[in-house]
Amino acid sequence: MSRTVNIAGEMPEGGPDARQVVLAARHVSKSYGNVHALKGVDFDIHRGQVTTLFGENGAGKSTLMKILSGVIQPTGGEIILDGRPVSFGSATEARDRGISIIHQELSLAPNLSVRDNIFMGREISGATGVDFAEEERQTRKLMQDLEEDIDPLTPVEELRLGQQQIVEIARALSVNSRILIMDEPTSALSASEVEVLFKVVRDLTAKGVSIVYISHHLEEALTITDHAVVLRDGTMTAYGPRADIDLEWIVRNMVGDNYDLGSPPRTRLGHPALSIRNLTLPDPAGGFHLVDGLSLDVRAGEIVCIYGLMGAGRTELLETCAGKLRASAGEIVLEGKEISHLSIAERIARGLALVPEDRQRDGLVQTMSVGENLSLASIASFTKGLFTRKAAERTLIDASIREVTVKTSGPDAPIGSLSGGNQQKVVIGKMLATRPRVIMLDEPSRGIDIGAKAEVFRLLAEEARQGLAVIYSTSEVSECLSIAHRIIVMHKGRISAEFDSTVTKERIMAASGESVAA
Amino acid sequence: MRETKDMSDTIVARPDGRKRDFNIGRLLLEGRAFFALIAIIVVFSILSPNYLTIGNLLIMASHVAIYGILAIGMLLVILNGGIDLSVGSILALAGVAAGAMMQGIELQAMGVILYPPVWAVVVLTCVLGALVGAVNGVLVSIFKVPAFVATLGVMYVARGVALLMTNGLTYNNLSGRPELGNTGFDWIGFNRIAGVPISVIVLAVLAILGGLMLSRSSFGRWLYASGGNERAAELSGVPTRRVKITVYTLSGMLSAIAGLVLASQLTSAGPTAGMTYELTAIAAVVIGGAALTGGRGTMRGTMLGAFVIGFLSDGLVIIGVSSYWQTVFTGAVIVLAVLMNSLQYGRGGRKS
Repeated sequence: MSRTVNIAGEMPEGGPDARQVVLAARHVSKSYGNVHALKGVDFDIHRGQVTTLFGENGAGKSTLMKILSGVIQPTGGEIILDGRPVSFGSATEARDRGISIIHQELSLAPNLSVRDNIFMGREISGATGVDFAEEERQTRKLMQDLEEDIDPLTPVEELRLGQQQIVEIARALSVNSRILIMDEPTSALSASEVEVLFKVVRDLTAKGVSIVYISHHLEEALTITDHAVVLRDGTMTAYGPRADIDLEWIVRNMVGDNYDLGSPPRTRLGHPALSIRNLTLPDPAGGFHLVDGLSLDVRAGEIVCIYGLMGAGRTELLETCAGKLRASAGEIVLEGKEISHLSIAERIARGLALVPEDRQRDGLVQTMSVGENLSLASIASFTKGLFTRKAAERTLIDASIREVTVKTSGPDAPIGSLSGGNQQKVVIGKMLATRPRVIMLDEPSRGIDIGAKAEVFRLLAEEARQGLAVIYSTSEVSECLSIAHRIIVMHKGRISAEFDSTVTKERIMAASGESVAA
Repeated sequence: MRETKDMSDTIVARPDGRKRDFNIGRLLLEGRAFFALIAIIVVFSILSPNYLTIGNLLIMASHVAIYGILAIGMLLVILNGGIDLSVGSILALAGVAAGAMMQGIELQAMGVILYPPVWAVVVLTCVLGALVGAVNGVLVSIFKVPAFVATLGVMYVARGVALLMTNGLTYNNLSGRPELGNTGFDWIGFNRIAGVPISVIVLAVLAILGGLMLSRSSFGRWLYASGGNERAAELSGVPTRRVKITVYTLSGMLSAIAGLVLASQLTSAGPTAGMTYELTAIAAVVIGGAALTGGRGTMRGTMLGAFVIGFLSDGLVIIGVSSYWQTVFTGAVIVLAVLMNSLQYGRGGRKS
């Protein structure tokens, strides 16, 4: 940790390394309106080496990668490729210069074969249309190079996820990529598939390909990386070669200790409000159970945080409780009554509310106003006979807006006019308006800024003080150590550890990884 | 694919300031169906002195009634994010069924022929329409058949059954006979209350009921919510499946009512009635500013849309434009309307 540099400008530009830098970002920034996703970031990619980008959700990792790969254009700063400033108009342009990105969500056409996927959009023309034989030959060669036994004619949907990832990599290599950006490539892979992937990465670097790697799996990333760059809130907070860094260094720079999301409120813990017993949810695609015999009790007035990596089963657990997914076994008991046979609407009526993870997809009705969104889950409460009562609805909406402090020009404003944080408050307000006994929030802080985050947590703490049982999930460790009385760590559908609020960030992180799967 | 993903990020940040500045373009855009109707009336009044007379307006309104009633049902389905191609066929099936009942239902087992009174014919026909609509609803909501395909299938089946029932012929005499006590079927089509044709009154009553349902009832709110974002609506406790079945059922029932009105106006019921009426109904809804993606649209707009189409085509007839040109004009109006819809709701819309 001796020579970790905190300010990017001091990077060894004229040093012995300089020739090895193939792609560099200088003072790159990106803003969306008033939201600054990146604030002047410097970043180097070295030839034939792995550079890992660490940072929490919303730190700007994906934005930076999208800029480097031409998907979006920066609002400031410059990109330097082989020592010369460049600007990419599109991802295709960047790809032509040898930069490819593999997104977290694979972008393959599952119905097409491996061959067709690899040559999608740039088919090889022969005398009579597409030269399938040549495509197949090249695909076979790529698979040999990657030492993967995948037939070029297999439909992609028949491949395991890890193999699909290999196909994505093969596609990137088929255009002679010199720089390969991988956004969380291992999040959905099994341990053995990760092994294969890492072997491929090592082979690639040996051939001079530069890799940019993004992962939440800190320990895993440390085994493969040559350089580490840490981002926080759109700025680079630290940089260092592998020899100089360790896990503790990364966590310290990632999380920082300068922000306060509150502390567990002093509440009176009541009776168990929600009890989950041996809840099991099978994976429709086969394989592991998404929720695997999980049991959990939450008491009135208690705040429980569920921490876990992507794919740990947090969302599935909460959606099963809410009634969106059907469990194959187990009990869900709300206020002493078994509810697992009830519909979503009936569960809401009994006092169990879910604030879903994806605000745009599952939370808001974009065609409706702020007010209509807020009152959507409690229409029955202001309906008398056949008709809704405008005055009663207005009272409910005004109370909601005040309770969750939505900043809006009025209840009739379109929902799209609100900022992300305020939209999230609308979703929370909508569910709170149903007067629940238990509220479950799936990643309530996703995509909202730090100020709104703090407000959301303050609101939840206040509700808990009034006897509401609160369960929220998160993939950010710093949020576990805020208002939660209890922290549950999930891994592969099970609870892998349980802590009280005095635990350290390092212990939570350690409990979420592969190494402690027991 | 990657670009579009990124687009969705930026759309969220899109400032909605556009809404604020009131300019004439915006006003014209939002009230387009209304201004189009005014323009049509003005233009045709100038071209033909007979156009703007109470008598002609009422006659045109009674023509609009058929499309208008279909368009009410279509609006409900489109608000839900679906489409109903079977309304024209259900209209024909309902007319034929009513015709068959007016001719008498022969129960061979008992050796009697039943002549149900007109009110019973009306009720039974509406029930039939509702049942066919419910089939649509069940196919779409429970069996997850895409609305376009499900209603396309039902469109063929209903038309086929109507043809089978009459062997392709038309029931010509629907007036009933006094000695059988089933007269009065033509009342809907021919009578007037205070000078206003009954069919227009039926349309007005249905439109007002539908409008109240959309704007004031909890069902209306459920419908707008599940059409705007079905997943979010479901997670908020909206019974999205029930909503879906209900809108298709109502659409079927309204088609049957339209079938009764048409059969009554013509005092005959043929199995080929109502061909392509579903497209006219869709056009009315779209001209009225509803979004085919669901969640946006009003009863007022749809009614204006129906009148735009009806007044335009009748106007063209009155000034003697060839029917081929009428088709061209109607098509142009529809495309123009959709063009304006996409201007109003922004490029590509925000599908989630």
